[in-house]
Amino acid sequence: MLLFLLRRSLFMVGMLFALLIITFVISHVAPGDPAALAAGPDASAEMIETIRKEHGLDKPLPQQFLIYVGGVLQGDFGNSIHTGREVVDDLVRFFPATFELVLASILFAILLGVPLGVLSAVKQNTWIDHVTRVFSVSGVGVPMFWLGLMLQLFFALQLGWFPLGGQLDMMTDPPAPITHLYTVDSILRGQFDVTLEALRHLVLPALSLCFPALASIIRVNRAEMLETLNQDYITNARAQGISPLRIVGLYALKNAMLPTLAMIGLRFGWMLGGTVLVETVFDWPGVGLYAVQTAVSSDFEPIMAVTVLLGFCFMVANFVIDIVYGWLDPRVRGTT
Amino acid sequence: MSAPEPILSMRDYRLVFDTFDGIYQALDGVGFDLNPGESLGIVGETGCGKSITAKSILGLLPSPPARVLSGEILYRGQDLLKASERDFRRLRGTEIAMIFQDPMTYLNPVFTVGEQLVDAILAHQRAKPGGERMNKAAAKRHAIQMLAKVHLPNPERQFTSYPHELSGGMRQRVLIAMSLSGAPRLLIADEPTTALDVTIQAQILDLIAELIDDLNLSVLMISHDLGVVAKVCDRVIVMYAGHVVEDAPVDQLFNDPRHPYTRGLLASIPHPGRPPTSLSGIPGTLPNLYDPPRGCRFAARCPLAVPACTTAVPEKRHLSGNHLVACIRADEDLPAEAADA
Ligand SMILES: Nc1ncnc2c1ncn2[C@@H]1O[C@H](COP(=O)(O)OP(=O)(O)OP(=O)(O)O)[C@@H](O)[C@H]1O
Ligand SMILES: [Mg+2]
Repeated sequence: MLLFLLRRSLFMVGMLFALLIITFVISHVAPGDPAALAAGPDASAEMIETIRKEHGLDKPLPQQFLIYVGGVLQGDFGNSIHTGREVVDDLVRFFPATFELVLASILFAILLGVPLGVLSAVKQNTWIDHVTRVFSVSGVGVPMFWLGLMLQLFFALQLGWFPLGGQLDMMTDPPAPITHLYTVDSILRGQFDVTLEALRHLVLPALSLCFPALASIIRVNRAEMLETLNQDYITNARAQGISPLRIVGLYALKNAMLPTLAMIGLRFGWMLGGTVLVETVFDWPGVGLYAVQTAVSSDFEPIMAVTVLLGFCFMVANFVIDIVYGWLDPRVRGTT
Repeated sequence: MSAPEPILSMRDYRLVFDTFDGIYQALDGVGFDLNPGESLGIVGETGCGKSITAKSILGLLPSPPARVLSGEILYRGQDLLKASERDFRRLRGTEIAMIFQDPMTYLNPVFTVGEQLVDAILAHQRAKPGGERMNKAAAKRHAIQMLAKVHLPNPERQFTSYPHELSGGMRQRVLIAMSLSGAPRLLIADEPTTALDVTIQAQILDLIAELIDDLNLSVLMISHDLGVVAKVCDRVIVMYAGHVVEDAPVDQLFNDPRHPYTRGLLASIPHPGRPPTSLSGIPGTLPNLYDPPRGCRFAARCPLAVPACTTAVPEKRHLSGNHLVACIRADEDLPAEAADA
């Protein structure tokens, strides 16, 4: 198991390096001169040149890359060419909101998707199964931003059940930070009215963000449960007089969770990408919204930083999934 | 001889499968008695309905597609065809246990041997009427005892192994230990050695024979290997395409088979002196059971068939004491060329 973890970690370092190269190359071959944009329309060629020098943009690309990587390793993602602020400071400010949103979405997708998949399989070909299947087939294809807009229209504007956007009401002060997650911090601080408010703000964006993941988790889990329930070891468990509940919830589900986990990892990546859309629709103050705002001005250091950060999150999530996978399935422990 | 009350008796059991292609008439009028302490073999070529007969007894067939048309399966007087899932759970493992053909697939790959054994033991314990709750430590002790009983080397260590770390023979031992851990009266063994290497087959068979004596089990042993049956069983029934065609004590069946199908089977064994291995070798194929023949299902392949064979299913009749055969031509001799075939 230790070897397994070590190899996974090494693999992750390699992936991270590849990610750095890719984001760097993409942002540097993209059209648009950030220095010129930052200097403004009336700037002289000299001023632009100064800005370029300041940000090291005059050096050859490989050298720029090395400088960049060196910075990243020390936790320095450069400065916004626009505001001059340190990108790291911005990330620290905006990331917790994104993290809270994504966490809520993935938890929602798993806690709802797995039981629904199981239920659908156990009640195969009943109306429960039919409803769930229609839902899961249609859900995979629904675009997040469209769903977000529809939810806003209906639940925020029409019914007024939930707020249109933002992370808290304008007038509410966020709880004093512990974890930087508003829901968690407000509970820890005993400010339950703030918790409730934070949750109400969280519902619609989290729902939009988790929807495709939820749908595919249901679909995969249902298919896997059906397959597993047909296995010989289930017949044997029945022949031993094991209770049906235990057979479904333990004997079959533990096996069915393996492919479901792989799907969760994949969908987590989509979700991270989706934050850009959902945060924009819901005016959610996270790194997705930050990325969109900086992208408009070709401010590439923040964009690179967000890309690397989200990529890193994806890797960490899949690292965790690999560990859970190894814990669930004794067969991969020895081999991978 | 005065017949004891059978522990298990199946009567006129008819089972069909509702499939997309139509109604598959898998079992038609299957019947037999199994007396306490007796070992009864079921032989027949692949697809003739041995496994579904066995699974019916424990209520393990998925329904749909399986549908029972008629019959009774009496276990100590209780009709299992009327039993609920709840009734079955009280019987499984504690009254009737089953071991299966392929040890590679009947253990759950993501739990240790010990976890599965303990779980089964606790389930058995819960099912026993008035049985007191066993705690986990006692269940573990019992599990390791059972592993030792099936001669699994190093039972304490194997207790924490996962199935993929064990060989086929070891897994079958584990499955046998699991099945017998609830001290059942009746053991159903569905080709317990077919999937194993020849040398391992003999060991497992010896083990089963030993346990049958030791635990005083009544046994239903399914096999398409006549050698296995000869070794373990007192009596044999021969099945063909969902029918029981012959039912006789082992030596009588080997020495004086009466049904033309049985005779064909025995004749198709390559070396009569050695334990036989295969049941195939009779020309022709199994009838289409979506639209089975009206009369004897073997008639189309039978060297003795006469027109009367195709009009009605032959009644089972006693030839001598306890030798039954479902054939109107059972007293005839085979034509010479068929006998050598
Ligand atoms: N769930 C099912 N649906 C439809 N048909 C089935 C089903 N289960 C079994 N059958 C059919 O019933 C017939 C008897 O199957 P069974 O498994 O009892 O054969 P068997 O005698 O045990 O053969 P083998 O020696 O290969 O194990 C087969 O022809 C099979 O196709
Ligand atoms: Mg079979």
